[in-house]
Amino acid sequence: MMTLLFTMDLMLVLEKFLLIGAVISFALVVAMYTTYAERKIAAWMQDRRGPNRAGPFGLLQPVADGVKLFFKEEIIPLASNRFLFVLGPALAMITAMLTSAVIPWGEYIEILGRKISLQIADVNIGILYVFGVVSMGVYGIMIGGWASNNKFSLLAAVRGASQIISYELAMGLSLISLLMMTGSLSLKTIVEQQMNGSWNIIYQPLGFLIFIICVFAECNRTPFDLPEAENELNFGYHQEYSSMKLGLYLFSEYVNMFISSAVMATLFFGGYDIPFVDETALTASLGANLTALFCFLALFAKVLFFLFVFIWVRWTIPRFRYDQLMDLGWKKLIPLALANMIITAVVMLLIKN
Amino acid sequence: MERLTNRAKVMEQKPMSFMESLYLPAIFKGMAITFMHLFKKKATINYPEQQRPFSPVFRGLHVLNRDEEGRENCTACGLCAVACPAEAITMEAAERKSNEEHLYREEKYAAKYEINMLRCIFCGLCEEACPKDAIYLSETFAPSSFTRKSFIYSKDELLIPHPVNEPEKFAAAKGAREARQKN
Amino acid sequence: MPLSEILFWFLTALALFSALMVVFSDNPIHSVLWLIMVFFAISGHYILMNAQFLAIVNLIVYAGAIMVLFLFVIMLMNMNTDAEPQKSQWMRIAAALSGGALMLVLVAALKDNVGAVSRTSGEGSIGLIRNLGKVLFTDYVLPFEISSVLFLSAMVGAVVLGKREKNTKPVNN
Repeated sequence: MMTLLFTMDLMLVLEKFLLIGAVISFALVVAMYTTYAERKIAAWMQDRRGPNRAGPFGLLQPVADGVKLFFKEEIIPLASNRFLFVLGPALAMITAMLTSAVIPWGEYIEILGRKISLQIADVNIGILYVFGVVSMGVYGIMIGGWASNNKFSLLAAVRGASQIISYELAMGLSLISLLMMTGSLSLKTIVEQQMNGSWNIIYQPLGFLIFIICVFAECNRTPFDLPEAENELNFGYHQEYSSMKLGLYLFSEYVNMFISSAVMATLFFGGYDIPFVDETALTASLGANLTALFCFLALFAKVLFFLFVFIWVRWTIPRFRYDQLMDLGWKKLIPLALANMIITAVVMLLIKN
Repeated sequence: MERLTNRAKVMEQKPMSFMESLYLPAIFKGMAITFMHLFKKKATINYPEQQRPFSPVFRGLHVLNRDEEGRENCTACGLCAVACPAEAITMEAAERKSNEEHLYREEKYAAKYEINMLRCIFCGLCEEACPKDAIYLSETFAPSSFTRKSFIYSKDELLIPHPVNEPEKFAAAKGAREARQKN
Repeated sequence: MPLSEILFWFLTALALFSALMVVFSDNPIHSVLWLIMVFFAISGHYILMNAQFLAIVNLIVYAGAIMVLFLFVIMLMNMNTDAEPQKSQWMRIAAALSGGALMLVLVAALKDNVGAVSRTSGEGSIGLIRNLGKVLFTDYVLPFEISSVLFLSAMVGAVVLGKREKNTKPVNN
């Protein structure tokens, strides 16, 4: 044990810890400002002005919201299961964050002659890890909804959980065709392949379409936000929650949006690849650190675009009815994904021969 | 049944074609529309800093008027209270003493004058009924308070500031009334 | 003691404790949550054996999908203590007997196979997705295909059970 700890290189542990801290705080800040962007863009799309009182252009609005949530009274229903009631929002937040571990945020940076990879963990089953974490996300909803001891919360939790499970299937199937092409489950390898060739979106437009629809459903975003349909279905599984616990549930949605935007950018849009630029040449001329910065900015720009699409769709499209949602998931997306899989396989075999 | 107008549209309910059942063209069309709205002129204004101009017939909170020397116009004749359809106005009359001639214009004045702003419907009939130009509806609006009692405005709140002692406040309270009346 | 061995004993203790808690919890919801903990511990064991694929699939399929369905059913049932059926004395004896018999079989099966137990910290690569796929589609292709036919028949059965009668009209669209 001791020998292993010493051979493990304390520096490696330290740099991983720093990287995790950086990624998580970055995700939180981005999620914070996504709430601001959501309100602002919603306002613009409805010809309004949006929050503009707290700070210049209302930039401090998310801070004000957070402070407000912290100071709200914390109510735990008397007949609820206290431990699970607290566990629910915590699980929702944890699962939202966990996915960020396998996303490559850039190639590597060099500090004091050490190459530091900008990916927290390059596991060889990266995509499956993402799926595993997503399927754990159901528990945050289920446990919170059940522990509230409220029938509306429970029904909403069941609704949300079955929605997530249903769309997970189509999501997995849509990615299988992508994986057949890349031949690897590691996100880093997938990005490197795209840097040398062209982006996967060119080969898998249908797969991307199915994937982004499923991502919308997994993040509980409109048009699939039935678990929390605030006006017609009684606000959903977090009905009994107040104060920062409610805040965590609502906030985990935005963290999920950020992380899944990063996953989409990584899988289909080249990850940290800067379009039309040769990164190895850039590294040679600018050095590794600046290249990593530009690569990261490229990834971030893609993520921002997807975040905008999330918000854009939310303020355009009305909510599905629940049977329509299940119809779309099981009767349209899954057959489409299967067809996409078969087409991809046939085309790949034709090219090979 | 005969139609009253020719604007009624006959709904057609034929089954959707394949392209329609994909919903995608419709979704993209909708997204294009919302995207265009990003660049449209905003319909709202920054309210307390910017204010929309009032219409010339706007009727806001009441003001009890004074003449140029600062004497109250009201003689407590009660015509406004009679005219009020919401019965929001109550008053008590009193006789002017000999040393109060600088306070009240006529020999009779309102010792107590109250308007219940929760009952008032801002119809302006009191203004029309007043023979002495003693009450009129200003451009002030949207009062807010936590108690119902505070919405019963007494004379202190209703009286216009003194034109000689506080000329600036008087001018501000008077507002654009004179200009409006000329038109 | 190498790190992997410490992890092994930790995960083993966690798995056994959670498994006991599954049995001893009063609240069925707690039982299900402890069972999920068991799955996590077992996935940890898989990772120790360098079988990341199995570990994550175990999590996705069992903890992520099947246990959610368990939770559905249990959460929607009204679990009052007085609604619980009283088990007779004979039932308990029968349960103890059958459980003991199962344990005997397990012990007998594992007795000669100590090698499998000690190979926890191995660098084996059979659990990696590439090797696993190769083995499944070459050596074990027949059992693999048979089990997929089994799943297919289960799926068809579920669809048949869930299908509406032909003469009843669907509610809408």
